[in-house]
Amino acid sequence: MTADTQQQTPTETRVPSTPAWAMLRTLGGIALISGLLVALVYQFTLPIIAENQRVLTEKAVFHVLPEASVKHDFVITDKGGLAPVGSGAEGEVVYGGYDAQGHLVGLAITGVAVGYAGPIRVLFAYDPDCRCLTGSKVLSSNETPGFGDKLDFDPVFLKNFEELDARLDAEGKALANPIVTVKHGTKSRPWEIDGISGATISSKAMGRAANAAAQHAVPAIERDLAWLKQQH
Amino acid sequence: MAELPDTREKLTPDTFLRGLWEENPVFVMLLGMCPVLAVTSTTMNALAMGLATTFVLVCSSMLVSLLRNWIPKQVRIASYIVIIATFVTIVDYGIQAISLELYAALGAFIQLIVANCVILGRAEAYASKQRLTTTFVNSLGMGAGFTLALLALGTVREILGNGTILGISLFPADFQPWIVMILPPGGFFVLGAWLLLFNWLRLRKERKQTEQIGVTAHAR
Amino acid sequence: MAKGIEIRTSPHLKRVMSVDKIMRTVVLALLPICAFSVYQFGLSALLLLTTTTAVAVLTEWFFARASGKGNTVSDWSVVITGLLLGLTLPPGFPLWMAAVAAFVGVALGKALFGGLGYNVMNPALVGRAFVQAAFPVAITTWTPAFAPGRFAELIPSTLTLPFMQPIPVADWVAGLQMDGWTGATPLAIQKFQHIELPASDVFTGMIAGSAGETSALLILICGLWLAWQRMLDIRIPLSVLAGAALMALPFWLLDPGHYPSPWFVLSSGGLMLAAWFMASDMVASPVTARGAIIYGLFIGMLTVVIRLFGGLVEGVMYAILIGNAVGPLISSWTQPRVYGATKKAKESE
Repeated sequence: MTADTQQQTPTETRVPSTPAWAMLRTLGGIALISGLLVALVYQFTLPIIAENQRVLTEKAVFHVLPEASVKHDFVITDKGGLAPVGSGAEGEVVYGGYDAQGHLVGLAITGVAVGYAGPIRVLFAYDPDCRCLTGSKVLSSNETPGFGDKLDFDPVFLKNFEELDARLDAEGKALANPIVTVKHGTKSRPWEIDGISGATISSKAMGRAANAAAQHAVPAIERDLAWLKQQH
Repeated sequence: MAELPDTREKLTPDTFLRGLWEENPVFVMLLGMCPVLAVTSTTMNALAMGLATTFVLVCSSMLVSLLRNWIPKQVRIASYIVIIATFVTIVDYGIQAISLELYAALGAFIQLIVANCVILGRAEAYASKQRLTTTFVNSLGMGAGFTLALLALGTVREILGNGTILGISLFPADFQPWIVMILPPGGFFVLGAWLLLFNWLRLRKERKQTEQIGVTAHAR
Repeated sequence: MAKGIEIRTSPHLKRVMSVDKIMRTVVLALLPICAFSVYQFGLSALLLLTTTTAVAVLTEWFFARASGKGNTVSDWSVVITGLLLGLTLPPGFPLWMAAVAAFVGVALGKALFGGLGYNVMNPALVGRAFVQAAFPVAITTWTPAFAPGRFAELIPSTLTLPFMQPIPVADWVAGLQMDGWTGATPLAIQKFQHIELPASDVFTGMIAGSAGETSALLILICGLWLAWQRMLDIRIPLSVLAGAALMALPFWLLDPGHYPSPWFVLSSGGLMLAAWFMASDMVASPVTARGAIIYGLFIGMLTVVIRLFGGLVEGVMYAILIGNAVGPLISSWTQPRVYGATKKAKESE
């Protein structure tokens, strides 16, 4: 822009000419160097990053399904069933955990709900034998340190997820009793989560996340349960 | 920032040390406040952010210095930004490869190194005029100063806000964490306290110097 | 204080109105509230008020010395800060946290701005806001009023070791066997369970809450006395209360089962104390008459908005801090026109 205005002032006798060629050469050259560098680093780090991602997911899945030693990934299809990852079907991923003998231990399902400070992503374990949620791990959240992060550490709160009822209704399309968070100390039924006093909003979000995850994934899991048990 | 001579600077210890104290980017020049306040809630985050910024600072300054006679002044800012962005992208991939958890903790602030004025300031005020060796030493000093400042904030905030340092517990189990220190306001409080300390020390030093000058003048 | 100019013929008898006289009167007005608080909560409240006041005075003394200002403790304003801060804290608040609050309030809220007359915000509330953010659990742990033996023993959390978590009070409270004690303030019970405690109990202070926020009636009497002594601008507290009541009224009419009645809004929480003794802080409130009313209404409405729709149970602290922050703006909006100056002339300045 400076260059344009300089050209348009004829009164000035010694107008420094715009070094168009030098500008092109420099910008082009720098773009080339930077493109090369970025591409090189990308090529080099891509497999490492993918491996990190895999390890991280595996760690989370084995955290909620401690008895599992092998993990298989499935997606929830549009038709409300499950299909192995890579079979062309697209949808939310459900992780199946199997023990060394190849028995299905449980499934890890993800749920998202908005908490006090943005979305909370949680991984829940679903046990088809007791038809309940048996574990939880917060994957990402921005909750206030010291309050919201109790979701992952408070032993009293974690007790909620030892056997949280997630049975389906007669039609098998939704939970018989939606999972809800109730006020601290008032849990009376197996599908209720005892909230954390002082972190009401975060613990309520946890309940919504559990409900969303179960409502979405459990019907599909129960439909294809027999098939799932053979996938080891 | 102090006036830099037009001529090339000779390599002295001061080339490096200036960035640590006299021209400390955070405590004296007050540059790059965004990451300083945002990612210093723990020592680890502060250290990682400081090192990432230092890497980008040193690499981009060196490249700018190398190309300094080749970049027309009309497009210099554009060139600097492209160079800086390149190294930021590299750091971004690098941190993802090292640890995804660290990457999640630092969040958008890695990409935002592009907009850190410490780096563009170095390129414009120093690297574009100086030789490669002095540029390397000077930007390393600046990066070290920035990292030190981040660490100074990060350790105080982690100790008070969490009772730990680098994740190691320092206090008995029933220590009461000062939650405000991990929250954004805590960043402002701690930064303010450090600035207070730095300015107080500087004023005291200056007063001593003037007193000494007065004494020598009197002796004459 | 915005007072009209009086034009009289001589002889002029000037009333002596010095800073320390005003401040001493305010302290005097606070004393009955403190006394009731001690009567309600016992020794712990006494220690709490003593600690905040002592630390506030010491901090003021230290900063006055360090900045070479001379002794500014003698103007009594810092005693008000200390007492007010103590009154806003839960009676069983650990003393070391109360000391932190007093130090931060006076140092950050007052001394760093240049001392009395330069502070942007009410120092007591700055201190309280800091500990609210730093120790959110301790500051919402309530203990029952009129506990038996409250003059003989302390609430266990009071004497927590510095930098340690407050000693749990749940067992101690259970041991008292107080009927109907839920550990929540009337505001919290209303907010989360939509049960309104009898307003008469709330008004006279027969309930849980901060050390000095429980008896709205007593605070009202002390505040009115202060206004009668012309030591505060009565427009501010009245418009704060009016703002809160006006804001609460439509919601209550719409759904009385869910929203609190204006009467409950006025008598519960710290609104009364805040309206009479904190919003009316002379330094941090607007100086013009119209400004004072706008400022008061703003604080009152904001309090109710935070109470009804925010994550917090009590909003009056943040409402006043925000009110303090916009105070200078309100002052400059409501500048009275200089006699003879036209609008145009003012614009062309």
